[in-house]
Amino acid sequence: MIFGTGILKGLFVTLKNFVTSYFRKPDNGGIFTVQYPEERDKAIEAFRNFPFLAYDGTPDKVRCVACGICERECPPKCIHIVMEIDPLGKPARRPSVFEIDHGLCMNCGMCEDVCPFDSIYMDHAFEVTAADRGKELVRPKEALLKSNDYFLKIRPGTATLVDQKRRAAEEKKKLSRAATLPPQGPVS
Amino acid sequence: MSMPPFLRDIEFAVDLSLVNAKGWCLDLLGHFLPDWTVVLASIVISGVAILALGPLVMMYLTLLERKVIGRIQNRYGPNRVGKWGLLQPIADGIKMFTKEDIVPAQADKIVHFLAPVVIVVPALMVFLVVPFGERMTAVNLNIGLLYFIAVSSITTIPIFMGSWASRNKYSLLGGMRTAAQMISYEIPMTLSVVPVIMMSQSLSTNTIVMTQVGDLDLHWFIFTPWGLVGFLIYFLCAVAECNRPPFDLPEAESELVAGFHTEYSGMKFALFYMAEYMNAFTLCGIATTLFLGGWQGPFFPSWLWFFGKTFALICVMIWFRGTLPRFRVDQLMGFAWKFLLPLTLINIPVAALWFFVPERLAWLYSIAIFAVSFWGLVKLNCAFVPEKRIYPLAD
Amino acid sequence: MTNTKDLEGSQMLEINFGPQHPSTHGVFRMKVFLEGEKICALDPVMGYLHRNHELIAENLPYAATMAYTDRLDYFNSMANNFGYALAVEKLAGFEVPERAAYIRVIMAELARIVNHLMLIGFLLNDLGAFFTPVLYAFREREKIMDLFEEVSGSRMMCNYFRFGGVKRDLTAENLTFIKRIVSKLPAFLEEFEALLTKNEILCMRCQNVGVLPADLAVNAGITGPVLRASGVNYDIRKVDEYGLYDRFHFKIPLGQKGDVYDRYYVRILEIRESLKILEQALSQIPQGEVLNKKTLPFLKMPRNFKPATGEAYGRIESPKGELGYYLVSDGTPQPWRYHVRAPSLINLTVLEEMCLGQKVADAIIILGSIDIVLGETDR
Repeated sequence: MIFGTGILKGLFVTLKNFVTSYFRKPDNGGIFTVQYPEERDKAIEAFRNFPFLAYDGTPDKVRCVACGICERECPPKCIHIVMEIDPLGKPARRPSVFEIDHGLCMNCGMCEDVCPFDSIYMDHAFEVTAADRGKELVRPKEALLKSNDYFLKIRPGTATLVDQKRRAAEEKKKLSRAATLPPQGPVS
Repeated sequence: MSMPPFLRDIEFAVDLSLVNAKGWCLDLLGHFLPDWTVVLASIVISGVAILALGPLVMMYLTLLERKVIGRIQNRYGPNRVGKWGLLQPIADGIKMFTKEDIVPAQADKIVHFLAPVVIVVPALMVFLVVPFGERMTAVNLNIGLLYFIAVSSITTIPIFMGSWASRNKYSLLGGMRTAAQMISYEIPMTLSVVPVIMMSQSLSTNTIVMTQVGDLDLHWFIFTPWGLVGFLIYFLCAVAECNRPPFDLPEAESELVAGFHTEYSGMKFALFYMAEYMNAFTLCGIATTLFLGGWQGPFFPSWLWFFGKTFALICVMIWFRGTLPRFRVDQLMGFAWKFLLPLTLINIPVAALWFFVPERLAWLYSIAIFAVSFWGLVKLNCAFVPEKRIYPLAD
Repeated sequence: MTNTKDLEGSQMLEINFGPQHPSTHGVFRMKVFLEGEKICALDPVMGYLHRNHELIAENLPYAATMAYTDRLDYFNSMANNFGYALAVEKLAGFEVPERAAYIRVIMAELARIVNHLMLIGFLLNDLGAFFTPVLYAFREREKIMDLFEEVSGSRMMCNYFRFGGVKRDLTAENLTFIKRIVSKLPAFLEEFEALLTKNEILCMRCQNVGVLPADLAVNAGITGPVLRASGVNYDIRKVDEYGLYDRFHFKIPLGQKGDVYDRYYVRILEIRESLKILEQALSQIPQGEVLNKKTLPFLKMPRNFKPATGEAYGRIESPKGELGYYLVSDGTPQPWRYHVRAPSLINLTVLEEMCLGQKVADAIIILGSIDIVLGETDR
């Protein structure tokens, strides 16, 4: 081996990459940069970022019942929930305050795992910024609420499964209610 | 090589277009103003051209470097400001101008301020003797080469000034390394130029280019054995002289943060940067002049040849930067003193041999001499030679 | 160890490398005493990234800590998850379905490849190569990261393992994607090696620098590639045969000198061995469950998971060395004691021995070759 061949070989490798960067495909030794604001990586369904709250149809039909399980299980404790009290003074089984501190949240997906009411899910939106981390990064309920259609759009696989499950549960509930209630007239 | 006369005329006209433009301006002035102003104007025009050329070259060298390295690394490089990022250097310039200038509290304020100013001066002064094209040397000094070597070695001083005045330990280490490195590499660089001086029997850069005239304008010194070796040594030393990888120890980003310019910000930092790039340009320009036939070359105008060759050399420098890791300080010194210096000393008698022995025999002799001395030097420097290693695979 | 306190005020040049320095790989600080460029004393200072990992975990249910283990060694969260899952499974006695065990091995080996590629890239950066090896390594890493994102939802903070299995099954597309990565990586490694391995400057810089003798390495409790580069045949994948590692045929590459170059090259060889494991795992992976049915309720209600009083130590061969998790349960939903044996931290203890008498530039690459991640060192 002549002294210096290793360096020449290395120089050859970089030269080859310089040349191939002009015409090769990204996965084949070409340029693999994604020109971000104009181009985007393909959306990956499993991708998880800050959580959102799903609702059915209109924003007042929140799935969340303010049970507080996610609040308790959230590892960095970034969720804050207050249950709404209806005029009669009884708990209304819906949140009046639901805040997530995006400055604390670590996108672990624990809330999604533990939610028994299929309400909280991990979002795809990652372009979340705020100038003030004390106020603006604590997202209120209004900012977190997103429709089930949106959920179906970003994560079709999971959302369809969830919808099927919910529909099945509703059918079952209807059936059981029908079974417990006295029959009113002939059943068609 | 025969060329139709009209083509030759066109080539000649294009070749001298810049020189003619200047002459025309001076003629115009001569009609209205006394003679001494014409002389003054001649100096001013050349001076302004050089003063503008330096920063301009530097600005676009940064862009070139970032683009080429980007491509080497399979990235695009800057492409946001203007088409293909062509306005990027201007944006950088504006950024540099508007940045806060921070001077360390304990720094020697005057020297700290002077260092970046002083470093630009030799970098610009060297431009004087670079023959950019036929009849395009700003000052045709008869000791041009000596002037170049003398002026370019001043660069050590401002770097050391900056590093010392910063009162920063990283800077200090960087400054020490600079002093050692630049002084060491001056020597093989100067000695590698000696055969060229011997052959052209002149120190004037213009005459050196003229002696490389031949058929097809391709009678360059690099096509001789001593020229090739001399060029390689000169080029390696030039890379070391302008502190570029793999000899970038004075700034050694991963070790010394930024070496001698750790404590510089804003425009002062930009001046250091500018000097580095202008040095790279002039050193490559001189390499072109000495070994690659300067502005000689067929078909194209002379200045195009000059800039083409120079930029090709600069691209090689960038290529080095994109590929090679850095030397360690002792290896760097060892490389200069134990490897390059003996090789340059061998190169000088080989050049003499070339002068006295017929060409074909001289080729044979010189290849033999170089092969033997290279082999011998590698053997003597066994600390540099990689070990062969075997890696057992255990269960 | 030289006591650096004695040297203060002496004629030596005292320099702090870090906590803000381009090549301390995070907020690590080396207090160095120099004579010229020679290192006379070196004092590693850590703790700048201390985040109370262990105490946080002692106040959380077992399942929630999984997400925090991602943040230990953030280059290979898969390996971190693996170790923690092993510890909890040992504590509670959960079985792992076969397919899940295969997926775990695949993920752990992919994480090893990612980690070693990154390490070599950054080592070369410390050596002064201007980002080229890093970006070539990133090019390949990017594909594996895409896969991680597809299966776990996140590129770096995967949070993918659960005790008793993994979070999500691999689809057929995922498997073909991994197969493609595995089939293409050898060509890339060839190119990478052509760029680096025989390069004279790299050899000059790395060979016989930062030598770690085998006996010192064993005495100091060094593990991982750093130990194997010194020629000690110790790999927990072989010693413990955790997961399914007893089913695969692979070799342990060993160095001889224990210098930076050996540490660099052993890692390249380990990538090749990992590829062998991946090939075998991909051809053998069976169909089936990916999560033990018994653990599912505990994931839904983490606070119901109360392992019986006892202790467990789960360890794996993480790319950096032996990564161990020690758990003591007192029958409550939170562990009574939780401790991480971080390889980065323990491998750092020999830094001074390796650096003494070397140049400044060597100290940087020795630190780089140990492969530390401050998230794990400081916890």
